[in-house]
Amino acid sequence: MGAYLVRRSFLMVLTLFGMSVLIFVMLRLVPGNITDIIFDSAGFVNEKQKKKIEQQLGLDKPIVTQYANWIAGLAKGDLGYAYVSEKPAIDEILPRIPVTAKLAVLALVFSVLFGVPLGVISAVRQNTALDYCLRVVSLSGLSLPSFWLGLLILMAFVQWFGWIPIYQSDPGSLWKEIALLSIPAAAVGFRSSALLMRLTRSSMLEVLRQDYIRTARAKGASDQVVNYDHGLRNAMLPVVTIIGVEAAFLIGGLIVTETVFNIPGVARFLVEAIRWRDYPIVQNLVMFIAIVVVVVNFLVDMTYAMLDPRIRYES
Amino acid sequence: MRLKPVFIVASALVAAFLVATPAPAQKQGGTLRIYHRDNLPSASIHEEATISTVMPFMSVFNNLVVYDQGKKLNTPETIVPDLAESWAWDASRTRLSFKLRQGVKWHDGKPFTSKDVQCTWHKLIGKDPDDFRKNPRAIWWHNLKEVTLKGDHEATFNLNRPQPAFLSLFASGYTPVYPCHVSTQAMRTNPIGTGPFKFAEFKRGESVKFVRNPDYWKKGRPFVDAIEWKVIENRSTRILAFVAGEFDLTFVTDVSIPLLKDVTSQAPKAVCEVAPTYVSTNLIVNPAAPPFNDARIRKAMALALDRKAYIEILSGGKADISAAMLPPPEGVWGMPPEFMRTLPGYAADIGKSRAEARKIMQGLGYSEAKPLKVKVSTRNIAIYRDPAVILIDQLKQIFIAGELEVIDTSIWHAKVTRKEFAIGLNLTGIGVDDPDVNFYENYSCGSERNLTQYCNKEVDALILRQSQEADAAKRKTLVWEIERKLVEDLARPIVMSDRSATCWQPQLKGFVLHHNSIYNNWRFEDVWLDK
Repeated sequence: MGAYLVRRSFLMVLTLFGMSVLIFVMLRLVPGNITDIIFDSAGFVNEKQKKKIEQQLGLDKPIVTQYANWIAGLAKGDLGYAYVSEKPAIDEILPRIPVTAKLAVLALVFSVLFGVPLGVISAVRQNTALDYCLRVVSLSGLSLPSFWLGLLILMAFVQWFGWIPIYQSDPGSLWKEIALLSIPAAAVGFRSSALLMRLTRSSMLEVLRQDYIRTARAKGASDQVVNYDHGLRNAMLPVVTIIGVEAAFLIGGLIVTETVFNIPGVARFLVEAIRWRDYPIVQNLVMFIAIVVVVVNFLVDMTYAMLDPRIRYES
Repeated sequence: MRLKPVFIVASALVAAFLVATPAPAQKQGGTLRIYHRDNLPSASIHEEATISTVMPFMSVFNNLVVYDQGKKLNTPETIVPDLAESWAWDASRTRLSFKLRQGVKWHDGKPFTSKDVQCTWHKLIGKDPDDFRKNPRAIWWHNLKEVTLKGDHEATFNLNRPQPAFLSLFASGYTPVYPCHVSTQAMRTNPIGTGPFKFAEFKRGESVKFVRNPDYWKKGRPFVDAIEWKVIENRSTRILAFVAGEFDLTFVTDVSIPLLKDVTSQAPKAVCEVAPTYVSTNLIVNPAAPPFNDARIRKAMALALDRKAYIEILSGGKADISAAMLPPPEGVWGMPPEFMRTLPGYAADIGKSRAEARKIMQGLGYSEAKPLKVKVSTRNIAIYRDPAVILIDQLKQIFIAGELEVIDTSIWHAKVTRKEFAIGLNLTGIGVDDPDVNFYENYSCGSERNLTQYCNKEVDALILRQSQEADAAKRKTLVWEIERKLVEDLARPIVMSDRSATCWQPQLKGFVLHHNSIYNNWRFEDVWLDK
């Protein structure tokens, strides 16, 4: 296990290094830079002034120097200055992380709480009316874009309750905040729960056909023990993998949901920063997301061993 | 029949009651809630050329003079004192002196003096070492030589030549007085003004907050305690939020004509006013790019424009056909319709114009079988893309096969400045309904915002003449002559001048929407909430 941890840690560092180079280079390949965008709101471009701003922002330096400066700053915990707001990047990024984290966790909880049990029920009640109904629900979850679902939810609230559940910076209490966040979390988690439902169902169906399940039934084990102790635990391996992948994919889903529900989170902010070519914000945010994804994947790998003792990483 | 006298008496009583009822007294307090449509580039009005900055930040500042916030039209007659108590021209009409208000304090407690006035305008004309990073309206002040002071409370603007409309430039929301003691960098992030509201907080992409200035020099103003702007980029969300009563006022002209029906049906009590945006949709042609260096092709293109079709499709018939200046009734300087119809390409019979255009194109060797292939560039925003698509369809009628090239919005102006386009579809907003602003900014030789770098010395001379003309009627005649020349030269063919709606909740009182500029009525010192 120790050797595995060292190997995984090394791979994590390598992945993050690759990501840092990739995002740094790609950002600079996109046409236009921050100075073009700064001038855009003035309706013209003054090349002389543009050069002056490029100098002020250090964009006239060789790209390798710019990269080295960024990494050196990161190592010291200095994320640089946001070009647009002219504030330290950390002050822009930090307040937004908890907002997105809460939303992502709630969405994940929603998708697991609904996706896994409904997937099990669908498998156990295979080819019944309930199974068909759940399959239709899961299909609609997969085919309904989250921005559309979000707008439908907003319209329904305005129409029926005369109230719109969009983000409030000061909701009053934690419970109100959770209530406000759970609506967009449900909108974004619906798609994930549909995916988990379908995966759990097919995984369960495969496991329930195994010999050891038949043996357990022959020994007189109850349906509950067979389905949940023997069946579900073994069916969970691919589901856990997907939960890990979905955690990363959620960031993508959150961009749209944060926009529709007007939530000032990291995901929407990232898109905004890309649009403004605000390099310090984009670079550091992408690195942050990369770290989250790498860590989640690492945790998923660790969970495998807990779920299935046969998996040994030393091999 | 017997009821008639009773009815008359009752009507008279009701009318008398209505006349006798005093206007409700303004209520103090509350937070004015407004949504903002996008992320603000910065807080510095002088450095931006977008309503996104002016609308929220105008309430932080004062001007020397300002357009009367309670009158719908901006005209020279509606200019009222602000930080200047009075003003006077000298006999040569080249020196404009302002007597400044005394006892006014900046939000940080420092006194406002004539030095602040000098500083602001010296920055605008590049005479101050701490100049602006961007100076989009430098051309407005091209006639200003310097600002001289007489004590702490008098400033004189020395001009190179007479310019009667010079005062109008000071009345716009784009022309606040900045403090001398605050750097231009700080003004972009943490602005200090003398206005009715103090800047409190700016969370990028989230909100902007202002609080009442208790020491405002205009006693008893403002009425509301705070203004809270919430940034909602998704249009459906913000319109739904307005319908749900989350906001007192929409962003200016944010409710398009098709959306207006939804808003008025879902929020029937909301007050919605349709007004010109003074943002024109226009065709930009790069005269340096062959074959568009041939004036005949440019003329054919202008003849192909069916302005009515644009207006029907894009605004349900509400927008206006216009030349460079905003047309009446809202526009003070625009041509009347009967005059406009005599301009080349503005005739009612579009079939005839297009036949003429086809003849020109055939003369140049183009036909249906051998069309002129060209890219039509535009910004990747719906309000740009939609008219560009119509343009392509209309150009097809005269043997020009256009292909839409959408340019990332962030590099649109950079590409246009570098002349990396042949034909483009552009939108242009005008800050003040005055020919000096529009002509110098968009059509004079060498102006940075003259996107096509159109330059005609004869037109420049006419622009100068109208700028020096003190008689409004004579000036109008000159303005129309310039407009005709611009149309004939195909300087920047105007496709239409848009109209859109702004809505507010019935509890918002004292708010008056200006109808010939969207940039000048956001002081908010007279508005109050009847809650």
